[in-house]
Order: sequence, then structure tokens, then C-alpha cells
Amino acid sequence: MTALDLVLRAVAVLAAFLVLPLLVGQVEHKVMAHMQGRLGPMYAGGFHGWAQLVADGVKFVQKEDITPRAADRRVFRLAPAVALVPYLVALALVPVHPGVAAVDVPGSVVLVLAVTSVGALGTLMAGWSSGNKYSLLGGLRAAAQLVSYELPLVLAVASVALAGGSLSLVVLADRWSPWWLLWQLPGAVVFLVAAVAELQRPPFDMPIADAELVLGAWTEYTGLRFAFFLLAEYAGIVVVSLLFAVLWLGGWHGPAPEALGWLWTLLKGLVVAVGVIWVRVSWPRLREDQLQRLAWLWLVPLAVIQLALTAAGVVMGW
Amino acid sequence: VTEERAPRDTRGRGGLPGILKGLATTARTALRPSHTAEYPDVPPTLPPRSRGVIALLEENCTSCMLCARECPDWCIYIDSHKETVPATTPGGRERQRNVLDRFAIDFSLCMYCGICIEVCPFDALFWSPQFEYAETDIRDLLHEKDRLGDWMATVPPPPALDERAAEPAEVAAANRPARGTGSVGGGAASGRPPRTVRPRTVTSAPPPAAGEPETPDATKPLPTGSQPAEPPDPADPPSPPAPTEDPT
Repeated sequence: MTALDLVLRAVAVLAAFLVLPLLVGQVEHKVMAHMQGRLGPMYAGGFHGWAQLVADGVKFVQKEDITPRAADRRVFRLAPAVALVPYLVALALVPVHPGVAAVDVPGSVVLVLAVTSVGALGTLMAGWSSGNKYSLLGGLRAAAQLVSYELPLVLAVASVALAGGSLSLVVLADRWSPWWLLWQLPGAVVFLVAAVAELQRPPFDMPIADAELVLGAWTEYTGLRFAFFLLAEYAGIVVVSLLFAVLWLGGWHGPAPEALGWLWTLLKGLVVAVGVIWVRVSWPRLREDQLQRLAWLWLVPLAVIQLALTAAGVVMGW
Repeated sequence: VTEERAPRDTRGRGGLPGILKGLATTARTALRPSHTAEYPDVPPTLPPRSRGVIALLEENCTSCMLCARECPDWCIYIDSHKETVPATTPGGRERQRNVLDRFAIDFSLCMYCGICIEVCPFDALFWSPQFEYAETDIRDLLHEKDRLGDWMATVPPPPALDERAAEPAEVAAANRPARGTGSVGGGAASGRPPRTVRPRTVTSAPPPAAGEPETPDATKPLPTGSQPAEPPDPADPPSPPAPTEDPT
């Protein structure tokens, strides 16, 4: 890998990291608006408000950057970066085209899972360092939620890794076959639910429940640091959607020329992202106990059953 | 997707159907046209009797002050003076008429009740659907007669009468027979519509108003009188309902 190659890949990932979350954010603006009988942004940029999030970004840059006096300053300032950067790393690991990932490492499945868990640490840091009881409550709820949902998430991914016989995302996507759609269906459901919970998106947004916790761990943040948290949330949607598209929907497999594989991956990811948004608009928030009950009494057993099913399938040579 | 979520709630349509119903509802709403009114770009369609602003037709105003006195908010300001009109014929009598100096409505006080419009006997005030006259200073909401007159252009034509409604007062007045039988000067001879009604000379009654519980008995005055629900004709002040002859 030459230096030029390295730079190109880094720039490509950074561009994707800055564009795709904004795209998902804009889709959320518009889809949510229409699901509520509204039009959503219509002015920024001229055509149906396409530049709304760019304008939002400009606004966030202009805002004053406030660090509360009671806050643990260094942790407080570091938290947005800790929340954001892991998703950048994860995005670099996700392959979008046959054999093409910005960073192709042998154990990319493990690395993606490890890195996305770090992102949650940013929420916890923000909650604890803000010096605000709402932030602390939000941070602790986030921690409890992430501990619960990490397990089914990992088990579901492990099932796919077992079925494909590899820990590399590229290899797994290559070995995908339509039969997996049925075989790995329970694991897919578990992954989707657990991933939305990991992102702390509605209906699993107990940690940032704005009706009771103001905005949870983000309460004290302003300006660019707050924007980083928002960007991290949407980057998380991108990563999760692409991961689901690659592992369960076959990534670049599709009735189109080989050269358009990346388009298939992105399209499937977009469909998953729209599903995440749809769920957000439609369903009410889960209570904390319902949240834990769902994770431990339903998702974990289901994931374990899926794992056993996959193991049986692999042994019997399906 | 998360049908495992509500294991206990089996009452009614809870559980799985409820979750799917939520998804279906939002999807259905997304496929329908949105309710957003794109107001500054698309002007709203207002009902014909919208109460946007009160317009003044200055020519019809006689400075009678009825509107200012009836206004519950006292938000109408009228100044006028009298002018003497010299006699048109030698030996005639000089006449006096009111000249309107100032007519202003303070829309920061107005509560848009429309009583001034109802009470105006000369049709000088009208509702206009125009509503875009917001100001940044509340004192700028006091609008003088030139501004009120500008709004006359935005007054819509009166809506069409209902089917089988009584004919408008203007038409009724024009169709009314001349005073007397033309023997007295004025009336039809001078080309002006008659100013008063002489019920005895009526030869044909207009069709009865629909919906009115009117019975054709002779105890009531003849139905040629001005319709009470219609605005009075400026050229034809409401006649006294006395069935007796005028002292002229």
C-alpha cells in the first residue's frame, strides 16, 4: 500500500463520513416530516431544503462553546471526539464493493464491534463529566442500555461469522447467499433491534429522553461539540445500516453489473436507514424496565437460539 | 420488527397488531399530501367572508359617527366639518353637508367584531380578506382613511344570493313604482328612484321570500317594504314602515 493509496483511502473515508450522515439526516428530516403530514425543510439550498443540514452546521460553528463551571473540563471536552471517532474507524472497515474497504484487516468483524462499543463510552463520559444530574442519569441509563444490548448484538454477528466461516467482512459478504435471508432471519431481527438500541434512537432513547432528562448526556453541550454528538448519532446509523446490508442483505450481491456493487451496498444501507427512521417516527419510547426486559428475556435467548441454529447448519453442511 | 417486545399485553389490539398499526399509520400519512400551507409562496385560499381588515369607501361616508359610537373598543376616530353648499336655483335654500376630515381605525385596538360594518347605514365600511398589514411597532397600526381606502380594491364582490332568496334591496327599490302616479314632481319624473314607499300604490307584490314564515294575510304591511336583512341602499334610506300616507 503506497502512501498515495493511503491518502486516497483516508480522504475517501473522511468524505463518506462527512456526506453519508448528512444524507441520512436529511432523509430523516424529510421522511419524518412527511410521515407527520408536514413538508420538512423547504428553503435552505433552494430545492426542497437540501442544504438544511449544511446550514445547521454553519449555525453550530457560530455558537458559543460553553463548558460548565462544575464540569470535569478535560473529560467534558474530550467526550464528543470519543463519541465520534469510533464511527469513523468503523466506517473505514465496512466494505462497499467486492474486495474494497478503506481498511481491509482480517478480523474486521471483531474490530467493527469493538470500535462501535467505544462510541458509547463518549456518551458515558459526557454524562459523568457535565456536572449535571440529568446528564449523569442519562449517561448511566446509556451505560446500562449498552451493556444489555451489546450481548445480543455480538451474538447475532457471531452467527453470521459462523455461517460464513470468516471474521472478515469482505469474505462474509462474498460468501453470502440468498438462503441466509431465511436462515439468519432471527439474528437479523436481533441485530436490528439491538443496533437501534445501541444508537440510543427512539424507541430506545431512554438515555436522552427529552421529556424527563432534558437531553440526557448532551444537556450541557453547545455549538460544535453538540454537533459532533449529533454527527456521531447519524454516523452510527450509517455504520449500522451498512453493516446490516453487508452481513445480512448480501452487500454488493444484486442483479446488476459487477461494477455497480458499491451502489447496491449503499442502496441496501439506505433502505435500512429509512427503516430506522420509520421506527423512530412510529413507536413510543420504551420504559427503562421494558428496555431491559426486551434485551435479556427476548433478544439474548433469540440470539443464542440463532447461534445454535447456525452451528447446526454449518455442521450439517447447509 | 420487534414483535417480541410486548409479551403480556394481549388486551384488545395491543401487542403485535398495535406495533404494526403504528408503522402502517405513519406510512399511510407519508404517502398522502402533506397539510403544510406554504404561505408566503402560495397565498392562502380564504373564505369569501374572511375578516382581514376593514376598508373604507370614503365617498359613502357621511360622518354620521354611528360606527365610532358603536365600536366596543372605541378604535375609530372621525373628524369632520360642515360645509355650506350654495343654492343651485335662485331663491333656493342653502344646504349643509358633512365633509370627512379624518377617518382612522386603530387596528391594535380593533377586535374585528364587525359592528361598525353592520351599523353603517351608507355602506361605507367593508370587510376585506387582506391580512398582511403587520407592523413592527404597535403605534403603526393606526391607519388613516387613505390606507383604509386603498383596501377597498381588495374587497371581494358580495357572494351570490341564495337560490330563491329575496331580491336585493337595490333591485327592489328600482322596481318599485314611482311615487303617486307621476302627478307629483320628483319620483319617476325626475329620473331618480323614489325615496319613500307608498304602499297603497303597489300593483303587484314581489315573490315571497323563501324560508320566511310569511303568510299572505292582510294584517301585515304590504311586502314592498325594504327587506330587513339587506343593507340599505345609499340612494334610498329606509322608509318608515308606517302604512299611512306621507305628509308630502
